[in-house]
Amino acid sequence: MKTVVLIGDPNVGKSVLFSRLTGVDVIASNYPGTTVDYSKGRITQRGETLEIVDAPGTYSLEPTNNAEQVAVSLLDKADVIVNVVDSTSLERCLLLTVELLERRKPMVIALNMWDEAQHLGISIDVRQLEALLQVPVVSTVAITGEGVKELVQRLEEARIPDRQSRGGEDQTWAEVGHIVRKVQTVAHRHHTFRDRLVDATVKPGTGILAALVILSALFWLVRLVGEGLIRYGVKPVFDLYRVPITALSGWLGAGFLHDVLVGKLIDGKVDYVQSMGILTTGLFVPFGMVLPYIIAFYLALALLEDSGYLPRLATVTDNVFHRLGMHGHGIIPVLLGLGCNVPGVLSARTLETRKQRFIAATLVSVTVPCMAQSAMIFGVLGHYGMRYIFMVFGTLAAVFVLLGLLLNRTTAGECPEIFLDIPPYRTPSPLAIAKKTWMRVRWFVAEAVPFLFLGVVAVNVLNVLGVIDHLARLMSPFMMGWFGLPGEAVPALLAGFLRKDLAVGMLVPLALTAAQLTIAVTVLALYFPCVATFAVLLKELGAKDMLKAATVMILTALVVGGTLHLVLLR
Amino acid sequence: MNERSLTLLKEGDAATVLALHGGCGFQRRLHAVGIREGKTLRMVARHPFSGPLVVEVDGRQITLGRGMAQRIAVAQEQ
Repeated sequence: MKTVVLIGDPNVGKSVLFSRLTGVDVIASNYPGTTVDYSKGRITQRGETLEIVDAPGTYSLEPTNNAEQVAVSLLDKADVIVNVVDSTSLERCLLLTVELLERRKPMVIALNMWDEAQHLGISIDVRQLEALLQVPVVSTVAITGEGVKELVQRLEEARIPDRQSRGGEDQTWAEVGHIVRKVQTVAHRHHTFRDRLVDATVKPGTGILAALVILSALFWLVRLVGEGLIRYGVKPVFDLYRVPITALSGWLGAGFLHDVLVGKLIDGKVDYVQSMGILTTGLFVPFGMVLPYIIAFYLALALLEDSGYLPRLATVTDNVFHRLGMHGHGIIPVLLGLGCNVPGVLSARTLETRKQRFIAATLVSVTVPCMAQSAMIFGVLGHYGMRYIFMVFGTLAAVFVLLGLLLNRTTAGECPEIFLDIPPYRTPSPLAIAKKTWMRVRWFVAEAVPFLFLGVVAVNVLNVLGVIDHLARLMSPFMMGWFGLPGEAVPALLAGFLRKDLAVGMLVPLALTAAQLTIAVTVLALYFPCVATFAVLLKELGAKDMLKAATVMILTALVVGGTLHLVLLR
Repeated sequence: MNERSLTLLKEGDAATVLALHGGCGFQRRLHAVGIREGKTLRMVARHPFSGPLVVEVDGRQITLGRGMAQRIAVAQEQ
């Protein structure tokens, strides 16, 4: 089977094209560095099966970060290269094109974003370009699918051009300049009011103001959608569900099976949060409390990603992030981490040095609560007042900054400056937003729910075996003395390793005061990542740095938890 | 034409790139986003406290740190 690799500069639309070609859904956004790993899919063309590979973007064949490294190494496996080019910046994309041609592999060029180039008054003579480069060139609009069929048909015409190696970069640029002059004409356009408005979002004063407005609006959107989904969607369903589950409870009678499936009855009734049965808490936590906020968050994130605002946010926050040992691009792991820490840690790949990646991955896994956890924190702390919620998130944000300052001082290595290509603003397509949100929600359900069930079963089994009581007694002096929490909070901390949302729910039956609950959820957020994040940290950082990160987490949890105890309970 | 560092441009000013003072990797990264000798740059934003600069080249905006910008020599258009 032949392997076809899609390769091109960052943010030229490779992932959108890949989805169009193969029907395989991958996350695509309007910022450079969305794709940090490769995806594979298959198509059949005239009876021949082709494997299509979507590579991360790279500006040249000499990689500057891990994501680019992935792209360059994929090239060796390619039988055919599809070089995806952004028609709106032909000149700079051609640098990579010429480098690829020198690799002497059969190649086809997709001139993507063709519609946008036309809007901007850029016209490119496709036939002429084809003649000059001696490989097939097809204009495409991956978002609408225009030209994709022709691209597939012409894959078999992919060829190695007959050319001598040009040698130095100066020659390459001379060649690129020559090609661009011959094939491209650009209509002159003036700076418009819209351009000035667009510029305002990267300027220091107006940019920070815009960031505050945009982020507050998104936060408001998440709450509005999340609460709306709960009130009108989820709550009525779970109210109806109470009838069959109560019937099941009566039919099963007391016993182990009842404990595992339905759980304990609170005041003779099923309590969705406290009962701890697979069919009660096991369903209610993921679907009743977390899912609505997951949907809301990913909707807001998709809007943010597809608009093209993120690189601008990275620019205005660079000053802060640079002092924390990263640069503005560090905002991306944080934002993705607010959804789920796993993609958050993965996206640290776009940072250039090991130091930056270590700091970004550690800070995300220590201080950034995932949406599942945040939803539960809102759920259990909300009725004590916003004050406590603010305390939890305020503490986490403060720890993010302090820990970042500290890690920047103590971690060896360099932190290079920000260097970021800002894409134009684009109106997000409702279909693309819906599809992307759906993909992520589906992923959450597939990944989270099994772990939640496992957690519920584990808690029940350990409970029956008496392990939980024993642990609680054993740890009680330490927990009380250090955190001001009862020993019974220990099982929740342990369950947090499987699912943090479940762990927050497990704190509810302990009858903690609001201050204790605040300490407990903060410690729970800090002390250790869930198993999924743990695995990805190990993979991304290696065993040694993972151990370092784990030490940082435990120390941070001890220090912060102890401090909160002193502040809130003494 | 007087040669000066890109960091000295004011917001809204335009200038032509004269030279990129730096190693191969540095030059490559800038070339890849379209910043090279002879190109016209426009300063879009300057962030305070040695923060990043945003410049426009060929209609696209690039954010870059002061350290890199320091090594880009430009001649301001009159």
